[in-house]
Amino acid sequence: MSETAFAMTGGRVTLDRRPILRGVDLTVRPGEVVALLGANGSGKSTLVRALLGLIPLSGGQTLVYGSPPARFRQWWRVGYVPQRLQVGGGVPATVREVVASGRIARQSRLRRTSAADRAAVDAALESVGLAGRAGDPVQELSGGQQQRVLIARALAGEPDTYVMDEPTAGVDAETQQLLADTLATLVLEGKTIVLVAHELGPLEPLVTRGVVVRDGRIAHDGPPPRPEGECARPGHEHVHPHAPAEPGSPLGGGASVGPLSGWQGES
Amino acid sequence: MIVELLDKEFFQLALAAALLVGLCAPAVGTFIVQRRLALLGDGIGHVALTGVALGFLTGTAPIITAVLVSVAGAVAIELVRARGRTSGDVALALMFYGGIAGGVMLMGIAPGGSSTKLNSYLFGAIASVTREDIWIIGGLAVAVVGVVAVFGRELFVLCQDEEMARASGLPVRFLSLLIAVTAALTVVIAMRVVGLLLVSALMVIPVATSQQITRGFRSTMALAMVLGVLASVGGLLSSTMSARVPPGAAIVLLALAGFVLALGVGRFVRRGRSQESTVSEHPNRVEEAA
Repeated sequence: MSETAFAMTGGRVTLDRRPILRGVDLTVRPGEVVALLGANGSGKSTLVRALLGLIPLSGGQTLVYGSPPARFRQWWRVGYVPQRLQVGGGVPATVREVVASGRIARQSRLRRTSAADRAAVDAALESVGLAGRAGDPVQELSGGQQQRVLIARALAGEPDTYVMDEPTAGVDAETQQLLADTLATLVLEGKTIVLVAHELGPLEPLVTRGVVVRDGRIAHDGPPPRPEGECARPGHEHVHPHAPAEPGSPLGGGASVGPLSGWQGES
Repeated sequence: MIVELLDKEFFQLALAAALLVGLCAPAVGTFIVQRRLALLGDGIGHVALTGVALGFLTGTAPIITAVLVSVAGAVAIELVRARGRTSGDVALALMFYGGIAGGVMLMGIAPGGSSTKLNSYLFGAIASVTREDIWIIGGLAVAVVGVVAVFGRELFVLCQDEEMARASGLPVRFLSLLIAVTAALTVVIAMRVVGLLLVSALMVIPVATSQQITRGFRSTMALAMVLGVLASVGGLLSSTMSARVPPGAAIVLLALAGFVLALGVGRFVRRGRSQESTVSEHPNRVEEAA
């Protein structure tokens, strides 16, 4: 049971008296690549943050590897990639310093940085193609490069499960492809991945399960929705909302049923 | 002349105090600036004045009561900050006014209190540092450096991105209190040297200066500590040249002069770097370092 990465039952989140999540059931099993999809404001980012215990639940419960987040102790098993890099109050930090901080959950307070720590940081920098910029301040990098730093920070911690909040948003095509290649390697290693996405882009073939969030509820949970026809053509600008499917119509090979519409459209 | 002074005990004590402040204040300051709490030291300094006055009132060493009250004040400030309410801003302001007004009032009532004594705590009186003061300041400095050495890695993550710290399982509430309490200890260390009103200058200015030139967090802290020592020792020496030069103000003005100098040097250094690396590689680089 404790091998289940995340298990939320009846999860509710209320922020400033506004309900954001209204009863979410979601279980993420090892080896799954789950894409949380939904329009802006649907609650998908809140959902991943609630899964990690970064936002308290106002109802229901959530477990990380079998423990409530407040009592979970094996944080090295989870690698979080936030939406964007926080650079704090202006004190510079090098790419290497930020990536090395991904090891923090594996380090003990009184021990110095070990050879294993250094090797993991080197490997992480190498795999996102930033080894040559290790000594540069992160503040000087472009948005796409900062996204790579965030991914490298999670990689450095060598977790079992990755949680990524919009890793593809506002990132150049090259970085998107690099992210897809990195994820493909992680999938081969049997890692679990939960990612929030507006558009899957090159990540699409890797995703094993699509969870569509709408108005704080799960509207679809099953095989990832595949773009068809016009929408499947490369370079297609996805601006129109899909026509809502008939409620109860069988979709995704008889898996759980729900309308797929509107998860990509609004931007 | 300086060699002659080195034989005098008051100068040895003053020099020791200046060195300890110059090392400790920027080390803690690097975390505090990164956490966007540059004014935290000022707030604690205000509250600490009440602590000093309580010492005079009760006949205890003011430096000890200052430690107790400023630590309590720092914890209160952190608790208000962590709740993140907009009314917290005003609550903090009220606490600061209370600290200064309470300190001035109690100092007036206290038997040993005088406006000269008050001034020496508000603006520093490095020449009057006693042997007992140095023992306490030294002990506090060891505590401050110890916290930075043991918890530095975790504090870096906390000050960079609090949410990331939480997602890494770090004890965020404990670390936040730790940084506030460490700042309070630093305030007391700096109190005799630059005075409570200028106490956070040495926590902030050397860091702001250093980050104009450096590229990483560790190097910023290391250079800030060097600059802190240069400013505090330099200010002390300049005040020995003329009795009319108040050491506290001289230290802070020297640090500020360093900042202005670094602004120019930093701009020059950055321009050199951006010509080195291809412009197309990072077209929208962030220029705002300060």
